[in-house]
Amino acid sequence: MNHLTTYLLRLGDNALILSQQLSQWCGKGPALEEDMALTNVALDLLGQTRLWLSYAGELEGAGRDEDALAYGRDAHDFYNCLLLEQPNGNYADTMVRQFFFDCWHYFLLRALLASSDQRIAAVAEKSLKEVTYHLRRSGDLVVRMGDGTDESRAKTQGAVDELWMYTGEFFIDDAVDAAIAADGVAPLPSSLRQPWLNHVSQILSEATLAPPAPDAWMQRGGKQGRHSEHLGYLLAEMQFLQRAYPGAEW
Amino acid sequence: MYAQMVETGLKQVLTQDDMSDEERRFQASIDAGIRIEAKDWMPEAYRKTLIRQISQHAHSEIVGQLPEGNWVTRAPTLKRKAILLAKIQDEAGHGLYLYSAAETLGVSRDELLAALHAGKAKYSSIFNYPTLSWADMGAIGWLVDGSAIINQIPLCRCSYGPYARAMVRVCKEESFHARQGYDIMLALCRGTPQQKAMAQDALNRWWWPALMMFGPSDAESVNSAQSARWRIKLFSNDELRQRMVDQTVPQIAFLGLTVPDPDLKLNPETGHYDFGAIDWAEFHNVLKGNGPCNRERLRTRVKAYEDGRWFRDALVAHADKHIDKPVAA
Amino acid sequence: MHKEWPLWEVFIRSQHGLAHKHVGSLHATDAEMAVNHARDVYTRRNEGVSIWVVRAADIVASSPADKATLFEPANSKVYRHPTFFPMPDEVKNL
Repeated sequence: MNHLTTYLLRLGDNALILSQQLSQWCGKGPALEEDMALTNVALDLLGQTRLWLSYAGELEGAGRDEDALAYGRDAHDFYNCLLLEQPNGNYADTMVRQFFFDCWHYFLLRALLASSDQRIAAVAEKSLKEVTYHLRRSGDLVVRMGDGTDESRAKTQGAVDELWMYTGEFFIDDAVDAAIAADGVAPLPSSLRQPWLNHVSQILSEATLAPPAPDAWMQRGGKQGRHSEHLGYLLAEMQFLQRAYPGAEW
Repeated sequence: MYAQMVETGLKQVLTQDDMSDEERRFQASIDAGIRIEAKDWMPEAYRKTLIRQISQHAHSEIVGQLPEGNWVTRAPTLKRKAILLAKIQDEAGHGLYLYSAAETLGVSRDELLAALHAGKAKYSSIFNYPTLSWADMGAIGWLVDGSAIINQIPLCRCSYGPYARAMVRVCKEESFHARQGYDIMLALCRGTPQQKAMAQDALNRWWWPALMMFGPSDAESVNSAQSARWRIKLFSNDELRQRMVDQTVPQIAFLGLTVPDPDLKLNPETGHYDFGAIDWAEFHNVLKGNGPCNRERLRTRVKAYEDGRWFRDALVAHADKHIDKPVAA
Repeated sequence: MHKEWPLWEVFIRSQHGLAHKHVGSLHATDAEMAVNHARDVYTRRNEGVSIWVVRAADIVASSPADKATLFEPANSKVYRHPTFFPMPDEVKNL
C-alpha cells in the first residue's frame, strides 16, 4: 500500500470510528438539543469518512470502495488514532475526547487547504466548515462543564487526565507522514503540536481545569494498526451484517 | 396514532346549551376555520386535551429514536448509516417542535417529561416492539412513518396554530422517512433469498402493530367526537386505518411479499380491502406497559435523563456565573 | 435542587427570505447556547441563515392571535429529500 493511501485511511478511519462512537448516544443524550447536536457531528464525520475512504479505495486500485474498506478490514488494518476508540463513558468523557480531536482536526484541515493534492484540498475545504463549528461547540462545552458545578468540574478534569495520554499520537511523525509532507500533500504532524497545545491550554484555563504535563508519556500505535482492546468489539458490531451476508447488496 | 386514545376529560360532547358565551364564541371560531393561537382564550378542557395529545406525540418521537438507534451502529453500508442517522435526528427534531408547541399551552417540558418517566403519560404503542433485524429498519420507515403521515397530514389543518404549524414542518420531513424505509425493503426484496426472507419476517412482525397504531374503532368514543368538534382530530381511527391498508397492500404486492393476514381481500362493493380481526387485547396490554419493550424503553429514557442531570445543572451553573458573557459572533 | 433550562423562541431568516420567521422554541441556558442549538435544530446547518433567539419570557405579544407563520425546512443533506429515493412508477402513495 502506498503512503498516500495509508494517509487517507488514517483520516477516514479517525472520522469513521469517532462517528460510530457518537452514534451510540442516539436517544440517550442529556438533553434533546444535545442529542441533535451530537448527531449532527456524527453525520458530518460520516460524510467526511466517505470522502476519504472513497479516495483511498480509488488510489489503491484494488477495487475496494468505501464500504469494502469500512466493513472488510480487521482491526490491525485500521489506522485511526487510539483516542477515538476510547469508550464514550459519561458526557464529559465524550466531549473531552471530542474537543481534543476537534482541535487537532481543525489545525490539520486548515493546513490541508494548501495540499498539493487538489482532491485533498477540496475535501479539507468542505470539512473545515463543519469542523470549525465542531471545535467551537466542543470547546464551549468543555468550558461550561469545567466551570460549572463541582461535580461537573470533577468529571471533566477526570476525563482530561484520563484521555491526555492518547493525545500525543496526533503529533508523532512516522515514515508515512514524512513522505507525505515531503510531497507537500500534508503538514508534518509535529508541526501542529504547538497550535494545538496553545488552544487546548487556553480552553482548559477558561474551564478552570488543571492542564496535564505536555511532556507526559503518550500512547501510540493506532496509526500503525496496533490498537486498544476496544476496537475489536466496535468493529465486530459495525461489520456484522456484511460479514454474515457476504456479497449481499443493501 | 402517535397520540392514541387521548382523554378529553368529558363524559359527553358539549352542546351549545352546555357552553358559556365565551365557549360558544370559541366554538364558532373553530367552526369558521379560524386558528386558535397561544394567547387566545380557550376552554380548559381544550387546553388540557391538546397538552395530552401534543405531548403524547412528542414523547412518541423521542422514544421512537430508540428502536432505530438500536441498528444505527450495525447499518450495513455507510450510506444507509448516514440516512438512518439523519432520520433519527429528524425524530429528535420533531419531538422538539412538538414539545415547543405543547409549551405554548402553559406547561413546561420538564413537567411533560416527568409525566412520561412516571408512566403517567403515554407514547405510541408501536415503539414498544423490538427491532430484530436490518429489515425492521425498512418496515418501520415504510409502515410506521407511513402511518404517521396519514395521521399527520390532516393535522396540518387542525384548529390549534402552533400544533398545525409543527405538523407542516414535520410532514415535509416525514415523506423522506417513509421512502427510505421502502427503499430498504426494495433492496432486500431484490437481493438474496435470505434478504427477502428477512424482509418478509419483518413485515410479519410489524404489520399488525402498525394497524393497531390507529387505535381501536372510535365510532362510540366521546373523546373522539369532542376532539372532532374541536378540530384536533379530523378523521376517525377506522377511516385512517382503512386508508393505510388500502395504500399499503399494493406496495406489498410490488415487493413480492405476502400480507400476513389470510382474511385480507379486496371488497368489490366498497373498493376497499377487508382485513382480519385485530388483537385489541394485545394493544391494550401494550399501552398498559405489558408490551415486549415497554420497560426497557422507559428505563432507557429515565436513565438518559437522570445520568444527564449533572450536565444540565452544570450548564445552568455556568450561565449563572457568567450572566454578562459576550456572545461569540 | 436544579433549575430547568429557560425557554427561548427561535426566529430564522432563510437565505432567500426577507424577514425572520418564528419556527419554534428550545431550551438553553444562555444566548450563545440558544443560537448553537437553534442552528442544529432548525437549520440543519445551512449556509447564510440568520438566527435570532429571544428568551420566551422577554416576548410581549398582542392580545388577539399573532399572525400565522410558515415553516421552511432547511435541508442540505440530499438524502433528506423524498426525491432522492426514486420510487418505481407502479408504487403509489410514497
